[in-house]
Amino acid sequence: MIEVRDLLVERGGRPILEGYDLAIANGSVVAILGANGIGKTSLINTIAGLLKPSRGEVHCRARIGYVPQLFDVAFDYSVTDIVLMGRARQVGLFGTPQRRDYDAVHSQLSTLGINHLAERSFNALSGGQRQLVIIAQALVSECQVLILDEPCSALDYHNQAVVISVLDRLSREHGMTVLFTTHSPQHALEIASDVLLMYDSNAFDFGPTARTLSEENLARLYGVEVRKAVFDDDKSFTYAPVFRSR
Amino acid sequence: MSMVSTNETISRQHGRSATPAVLVLFAVLVCLILVSITIGRYDLDVLKVIRILADNLIPASNADWTVLEEQVVELVRLPRILAAVLVGAGLAASGAALQGLFRNPLVDPNIIGVTSGAGFGGTLAILSGVFGYGLLAIAFLFGLASVMIVKVLASSRGRTSVLALVLAGVIISAFFGSAISIVKLLADPHQKLPAITYWLMGSLASTNYEDLLLMAVVMVPALAVIYLMRFQINIISLGEEKARALGSPVATVQWAVLGATAVISAGVVACCGIIGWVGLVIPHVARAISGPDHGRLLPVSILLGAIYMLLVDNIARTVTTAEIPVGIITSLIGVPVFAVLLRRMQSRGGWKSD
Repeated sequence: MIEVRDLLVERGGRPILEGYDLAIANGSVVAILGANGIGKTSLINTIAGLLKPSRGEVHCRARIGYVPQLFDVAFDYSVTDIVLMGRARQVGLFGTPQRRDYDAVHSQLSTLGINHLAERSFNALSGGQRQLVIIAQALVSECQVLILDEPCSALDYHNQAVVISVLDRLSREHGMTVLFTTHSPQHALEIASDVLLMYDSNAFDFGPTARTLSEENLARLYGVEVRKAVFDDDKSFTYAPVFRSR
Repeated sequence: MSMVSTNETISRQHGRSATPAVLVLFAVLVCLILVSITIGRYDLDVLKVIRILADNLIPASNADWTVLEEQVVELVRLPRILAAVLVGAGLAASGAALQGLFRNPLVDPNIIGVTSGAGFGGTLAILSGVFGYGLLAIAFLFGLASVMIVKVLASSRGRTSVLALVLAGVIISAFFGSAISIVKLLADPHQKLPAITYWLMGSLASTNYEDLLLMAVVMVPALAVIYLMRFQINIISLGEEKARALGSPVATVQWAVLGATAVISAGVVACCGIIGWVGLVIPHVARAISGPDHGRLLPVSILLGAIYMLLVDNIARTVTTAEIPVGIITSLIGVPVFAVLLRRMQSRGGWKSD
């Protein structure tokens, strides 16, 4: 269980997040949506303990694995090198990776189905492959909570599908609590048990996806008309923006 | 099937800590040390050198060398050669560690201003007539102070900007450069000024065992600290925020590496004056051999640095009848290499400013 109480996060004296109270149950998948610059990354950084709030507190007993936005590395590390770095806590200040650390790397690469990339150069991989590798890096830390910053934002449809299904599987099969930020309501509809809609520094909605995600709320979120679009099979739907460019 | 083969490659990589490259380089270093002892105005051959050195371990019954030859080998050439090895190893390792720490292949102790800080400390010590451990301590204090100023100037909200780091290094170097000029101005032009000027050029000439011990006492532990933190340096080379998110003790590692770098620079400065650019050039060559993992990069850098420094010092003491200060040669080689690397980095999209 992650509990956020009366959070105040400021940057340059200006509040970004004010009065956030959240209780996130174990095993839930939370999609966090909001306009650019609204403070999504600040919120997940605060929950992950990377940003100190000015007031309020975050309670989380479980170990958190944090997956930053897709990045390049300065040196030509292999995938194994990169994933191994997720063992920072286990290896310690003066240690070096041991057999069990390599085993953890191997088992997470298998879980994500990217064993064959182990010896490849990280920088030479495609965006989707790199995203999976940095998810594996967070997972080898033996975390119970996975927090991801826009895991799909730089990916094409196929890779979005791969990442979304990996997150779904981690939650269903491994009981992982997953928090991720996204700009696509469709991602939330696909896998999220709950959504957090961040309207403003002090206004948000947090609740079960089916109840919280609606045309009105999304329109309020982005300041654009959003319509519900039902697929031909009549069983599922999505939300899509209506751009008035003409 | 694919799982098995990956398992094998992973364990093979696991066991690759002592790569053949390290063994080969070590053998090259040992041979080079022996050959270097023979080089000089007094002619010696390698076999005789080996016999003279072996005599210290297993006393030979029939010594076929003169006392003079033994003195040339053991008192004149060997300490200087070991000093070159230590200086090269220390500078290359601190360069490699700093490049990892700031995830940029274009930083070294010189660029971030440690060398000039330590250089000023040394100059001040010579002016006040302080030598040996006193000079070392003063050089270390100023080296550490310059590192701290540079780090504070370049960091905000827990992230260090590499561009700011390099610029802060420029500022610190400029400041201590002027401070050195002031000290020179105050120095007695007949006695101390020439001493300071020649010392600043960097030279391994007239190194004795006392100097060597002084350097080893501080540099070996500093090298050990850097090597022990090799895995955490790997992690920090992803970027400070990412390393922090992975649970790495970022601040501890950064300060420990910066402190160790200041110690190494002070050790070099105290014995040999300012020798620059070694820490920039060597890790590049080393990375091409070992890959970026600091567990392999650091040993390869240390050996290559030692080999490089020894070669350069051999040139310094043999090319002309009057010795060329070794710091001049390392700069003459280092600066063009830096220019080429900068050019290559620019064509690959430049360096990231954060």
